Amino acid sequence: MTDRTDGAKALSSEDKVNVEAAPAPATAPDSKARPAAPTPQDVVQATSPAIADPILDVRSLSLWYGPSQALNRVSLVIPSKRITAFIGPSGCGKSTLLRCINRLNDLIDEVRIEGDVRLEGRSIYDPSLDVNALRKRIGMVFQKSNPFPKSVFENVAYGPRIQGVNDRRRLEHLVESSLRGAALWDEVKDRLADSALGLSGGQQQRLCIARAIAVEPDVILLDEPCSALDPIATAKIEELMMELKEQYTLVVVTHNMQQASRVSDYTAFLYLGELVEYQETEKLFINPVRKQTEDYITGRFG
Amino acid sequence: MERLHRHFQERLDLLSEKILRLGGLVEQAIGKSVRALVERDSALAHDVIAHDGDADRLELEIDELCMELLALQQPMAGDLRFITTAMKIAPDLERIADHAVNIGERTLEINNEPPLAPLIDISAMARRAQEMVRGALDALVRRDGAAARAVIAMDDELDVRMEQVFRSLLSYMIEDPGTISRALRLTFVAKYFERIGDQATNVCEQIVYMTEAQVIKHPGVTQVKREPLE
Repeated sequence: MTDRTDGAKALSSEDKVNVEAAPAPATAPDSKARPAAPTPQDVVQATSPAIADPILDVRSLSLWYGPSQALNRVSLVIPSKRITAFIGPSGCGKSTLLRCINRLNDLIDEVRIEGDVRLEGRSIYDPSLDVNALRKRIGMVFQKSNPFPKSVFENVAYGPRIQGVNDRRRLEHLVESSLRGAALWDEVKDRLADSALGLSGGQQQRLCIARAIAVEPDVILLDEPCSALDPIATAKIEELMMELKEQYTLVVVTHNMQQASRVSDYTAFLYLGELVEYQETEKLFINPVRKQTEDYITGRFG
Repeated sequence: MERLHRHFQERLDLLSEKILRLGGLVEQAIGKSVRALVERDSALAHDVIAHDGDADRLELEIDELCMELLALQQPMAGDLRFITTAMKIAPDLERIADHAVNIGERTLEINNEPPLAPLIDISAMARRAQEMVRGALDALVRRDGAAARAVIAMDDELDVRMEQVFRSLLSYMIEDPGTISRALRLTFVAKYFERIGDQATNVCEQIVYMTEAQVIKHPGVTQVKREPLE
């Protein structure tokens, strides 16, 4: 009998072809011509999917916290009304990247940024652009939900009020539609005057989402929205995200790969401040191009 | 992270080992059944028939191990493709082993009567089928998509020889009805070798998917489009 037991290890070993040595990627018109070994940036371009309907364009974005570089020339295009997930090990820069999109990093003193982010073609750093208006168009939900110490109603009405909406009826309508949009209305409709702090963790998080959508954003950024929640509350938020993407563009940072694979349409894998791979979610999880990506998603590091 | 991953890796290695062991059993069974047929060795034919349970048992173990890995480990990418490949090729390999048994059974029947000439063509089919099985298992071990494709290319020849053997046996039967009993049994045997070639082809198509993430089976069907969600 042919003895192949030596091959047993070989079968499941991790010798994936290093893409730097691989032939030209499928997007090249002439796959017979073998170009010189591509630079990392070329390879990432090659693994980027063609986005039909872009809304955000991150262009060669670099960021330093003081002397320490957190992002290195990250470029990617985010599709409209889809869910894009950023994954990667702790410290890879995914939350930093997310916070650049609504210029939240501006609030940190020693931050220095190079490159650009464009919303619908216009730079978010354009001096004539009002950053508060930007943060209305691009809302954010955080890992630890942060409802105001006010009533449920006032939490959601806050944003519109600031914008000058005074009419009571209009506010009531906005609050209801936002709470409905956040799949929370049925649970709170009889306690709108109660303190938001009395809600459960999952409810508070949905309240924060309602607060974000009350000002009619284009984009909602979510930074590990389910990390503090139990599985059922998580499932509710994920379900909500699938509904929300019909109206809003969602970008979500998650350290839970299964969550990224469940809900997102596109996934970007970051490592040590660099974009390693950016693909349609299904492609990334079934057949990633980069060995690093494969190693991360198969649990061999991280 | 280390211990968790080591456990997972050990289970993956166990799966590799079982698949390869099944492959080894299958190769052995085919080898024996071919020798039994060509050398008219009834004892060897009995031997093939008696050992079939080993392949069946391994197929079940492989199934169970794959389910465990899928349920408990959330495998991704290469690991996922490897596990689903193992699930798909185990029954194909087991079916090849079944055919070896079928060939053994026909051999016992054939050996009760005097030999019939087309055995020469059938031996050629037998050798081809054996090469394809060996090639498929080598491609599996080496994770070699190109080698798998080379095996697939051998299947056409088997189909052609099947047709030749069939015609040849048909003319025997027409000329001399006294040969019908043996000729029919030999036709079955030839058919089993052809089927073994088909199963080896299936295995190789799956190996190509595992190594290249390319689906090459059913080339006549236009690309399956992913259904958009409601």
